[in-house]
Amino acid sequence: MEDSNALEPEQENQESGEEGRPWDEMTAASTQDPQPGLSEHPESEQGPDTGPQPGSSPPWGPPGSSPPGSPPGSRPPRDPPSRGSPPVDDLAGPGASPPAPPREPSSPPPLALSAQHLAAQWRSDKTARGIPEAGTPHPDHLQQSSDEGESTHHQTGQSKGNAFQQLQQTNGHRYEPRDANDGNSEQEDLRCDTSQEEDSDSERHLDEAEPGPEPEPEAAPSMREIAVRSAKAYLLKTSSKSGLNLYDHLSNMLTRILDERPENAVDIIENISQDVKMAHFSKKLDTLQNENEMLPTYEIAEKQKALFLQGNLEGADQELEDEMAEYSLPNVMESAFYFEQAGVGLGTDEIYRICLALKQLTDTHPIQRCRFWGKILGREMNYIVAEVEFHEGEDEEEVEEEDVTEERDNGEREGEEDEDELPRSLYKAPQPIPKEESRTGANRYIYFVCNEPGRPWVKLPSVTPAQIVIARKIKKFFTGRLDSPIISYPPFPGNESNYLRAQIARISAGTHVSPLGFYQFGEEEGEEEEEVESGRDNFEENPDFEGIQVVDLVESLSNWVHHVQHILPQGRCNWFNPIQKSEEEEEDDEEKEEKGEEPDYIEQEVGPPLLTPISEDLEIQNTPPWTTRLSSNLIPQYAVAVLRSNLWPGAYAFCNGKKFENLYIGWGHKYSPDSYAPPVPPPACQEYPRGPEITEADDPSVEEEQAFRTAQEAAALPAEESEVTEEDEDDYD
Amino acid sequence: MDSDSLLLSLELASGSGQGLSPDRRASLLTSLLLVKRDYRYSRVLFWGRILGLVADYYIAQGLSEDHLAPRKTLYSLNCMEWSLLPPATEEMMTQTSVVKGRFMGDPSHEYEYTELQKTNDGDKVFEEEIVIRIKEETRLVSVIDQIDKAVAITPRGALFKNPFGLTHVNRTFEGLTLSEAKKLSSYFHFREPVDLKNKTLLEKADLDPSLDFMDSLEHDIPKGSWSIQMERGNALVVLRSLLWPGLTFYHAPGTKNCGYIYVGTGEKNMDLPFML
Repeated sequence: MEDSNALEPEQENQESGEEGRPWDEMTAASTQDPQPGLSEHPESEQGPDTGPQPGSSPPWGPPGSSPPGSPPGSRPPRDPPSRGSPPVDDLAGPGASPPAPPREPSSPPPLALSAQHLAAQWRSDKTARGIPEAGTPHPDHLQQSSDEGESTHHQTGQSKGNAFQQLQQTNGHRYEPRDANDGNSEQEDLRCDTSQEEDSDSERHLDEAEPGPEPEPEAAPSMREIAVRSAKAYLLKTSSKSGLNLYDHLSNMLTRILDERPENAVDIIENISQDVKMAHFSKKLDTLQNENEMLPTYEIAEKQKALFLQGNLEGADQELEDEMAEYSLPNVMESAFYFEQAGVGLGTDEIYRICLALKQLTDTHPIQRCRFWGKILGREMNYIVAEVEFHEGEDEEEVEEEDVTEERDNGEREGEEDEDELPRSLYKAPQPIPKEESRTGANRYIYFVCNEPGRPWVKLPSVTPAQIVIARKIKKFFTGRLDSPIISYPPFPGNESNYLRAQIARISAGTHVSPLGFYQFGEEEGEEEEEVESGRDNFEENPDFEGIQVVDLVESLSNWVHHVQHILPQGRCNWFNPIQKSEEEEEDDEEKEEKGEEPDYIEQEVGPPLLTPISEDLEIQNTPPWTTRLSSNLIPQYAVAVLRSNLWPGAYAFCNGKKFENLYIGWGHKYSPDSYAPPVPPPACQEYPRGPEITEADDPSVEEEQAFRTAQEAAALPAEESEVTEEDEDDYD
Repeated sequence: MDSDSLLLSLELASGSGQGLSPDRRASLLTSLLLVKRDYRYSRVLFWGRILGLVADYYIAQGLSEDHLAPRKTLYSLNCMEWSLLPPATEEMMTQTSVVKGRFMGDPSHEYEYTELQKTNDGDKVFEEEIVIRIKEETRLVSVIDQIDKAVAITPRGALFKNPFGLTHVNRTFEGLTLSEAKKLSSYFHFREPVDLKNKTLLEKADLDPSLDFMDSLEHDIPKGSWSIQMERGNALVVLRSLLWPGLTFYHAPGTKNCGYIYVGTGEKNMDLPFML
């Protein structure tokens, strides 16, 4: 069954294409037939195939009627061109080009004959009707071919009486070309085979004729066949849902239409299609159990479900509720609302998920204060960053461990230096600048990151000055995997988690601002510590903060101040003197300094102190570092002030007078108008200068040695004498 | 992104933090409709915005019947009044390639660029300083054109070429499947093909002429100039251009929702090779 099905339509496809041709010939004037181009859609074929009958019965006459007059041989030109380019076909007209004999060596004569025979039959059959109509070419066919809708009208108009006649005609058409030429391939053979069936059953065939997509005429015939075949293969593709394929479905539909002959087939074609589908009964014979698909979609949904459920699980725990009272959880949704006014921020549902994830974080860690820092985009995954402050004394352990290991390394190095024969390397790596204590400077806050809300939070390590210094020299995209290595020219000490932490520190230091007056210096601590070097680095919320006019915030940058310490070029917030020796050595140093041997005093790096207005920020080559905006010009009375950093694209701050928040969403890179230039390689070390220690004297010559010997001998005598005398003298003493 | 489904699109593209404030959204919904009527576009896309120092440019594009035909670009500073930009030319591009830095946000702003030009006066060669003034509007046109040509993309199958050679929206496009959505080869540059013509017949053998008539993304130079991510638990695929940071393309696999938006400074990331 499958086979016969497969064969017939293929053949009919071919035919439908051929049928299009005769009309073309009719209007020899028309240079181009759009038909071939349109024919890619099965439906479009439908029209031309059956459509022309009622309206265009006249045009059908000539092609049908001509065969008797003209020998089959004159037909061929129609067909070969159908494989070639249509315009040529049209221009050439019938008979202009000879049949293509070279192409058909393979077509078996008997079959051809039989086909011819059949064709002749039909022809005679048709001529009876065809002649009267001959000679009145119908202009319609052009329309039909260019307009599918048009052709369907014809179809509807088709009367039943006509239909049969029509069938005969079309069949006749089909066969004529075939016998003459055509068959360079098996297609031909197939057609001939089936042609016999057809004549008995031709009506049915026509009905089923579902002209598969006829490929655009290609230069090479083989291309066309391939295209036809692939189109048919496409139609035969069985749907995994219903087990049907379009090919069978169409043929079933057409069978049914022709069986039932509804009045207005085209109008109810959808219903017919549906009926046919419903009539198709398919029993599910699959005995295999369906395997539950484990899409990653479900996996993350499962994880995020935990976020939404955790609210219920809690509640019994009284302590946690107490902590909640201290609102360690930030009101992310509120600030998200204001950021949305500013045109910044994530989608509503994503921000809510983040909010829940932060809640999860605050519930599982002893967190005093938490803040949504922002989102850093990566190539494979993104980072959601939370800034937290632990309760006192919660996070000391890890830090100490790291210090111990560092010391050990130093000890080993010193031990090796004891036995020295050969000179050792005098190069000492510059003393590593120690990182700042937790809760101070750049390590003031602790950062947790996760790739997606619902995934576990990962605590980032604290940042070292070296990492910050190097991070300033490189520019790398984040991948989204914390353990991926950072391959860069100044080698980066650490992996991506360290780089991420360094960038977070830099961004925080640069872009975390607050309206003037919101924070004030903690008076007690600041005065007691008397840290002249670092300036006052403690601040607290000003209880008397009365709010600030939004318009003022927009108009003047001096109403915004930094509340995060500036990071010095050294990589720390607080100055660390790298020349400082341990206390024992200090005395020596002082002596040396007096002598002027080592003027080892490096000028202290100073940056802007805390709570400096951002109007004093440095410009980037004529670009102001900040842009302020009012979120809405239409309703200024309820607008918020929006601050955008031009130095760190993606950093925003808003203030509505009382409240403010900072947010960063971006790639984590600093802006520079010039393109990135990798740092220059370090200077090459100079070789040891040529001097007396390097050069050697010539070998002593014989004369010199002899002269030296005589001189020695001469000296030896007096020396002995003198020794004797000396000894004597000693003795005497 | 399509102006008809602006709200959904904005929501989908919000993962990069680039959104529109509610008043901007509302005004865009209103004004783009009017733009569509007045300019008789068959489809209006909200293209994105270019962040300026003083003000932002909001950019919209009008598509004609043929989607691959040169698009008309409009800009607006307040999302209500739109002005048509002239078409970009090669000359503009060479002219504006010397301008660096951020946009100001004022279309009539003039960048000054001094160029040393050698003039031969007899035997002597003089170096003259010539001040070239470039209007920001020109630069805007040129940058939008460059971005469009470089990174405007569309999923495979969303557009198809009809027999008349016009490119249309494919009504039967049902979205990419999940596995397709993760491949760069399923996305095409939304422009006239450039590389496709240079391909060999062998390479083109498997292509479907009605669908694969544009350049695919997978051969972009340098490799790795796209970041492709699944968001919202694989319900959304997001492509971000690393070459023009700020361009976000989103597509919900299995649905027709797709589009791109550019929110950025309008500067090309020349440092990309260092950053990968």
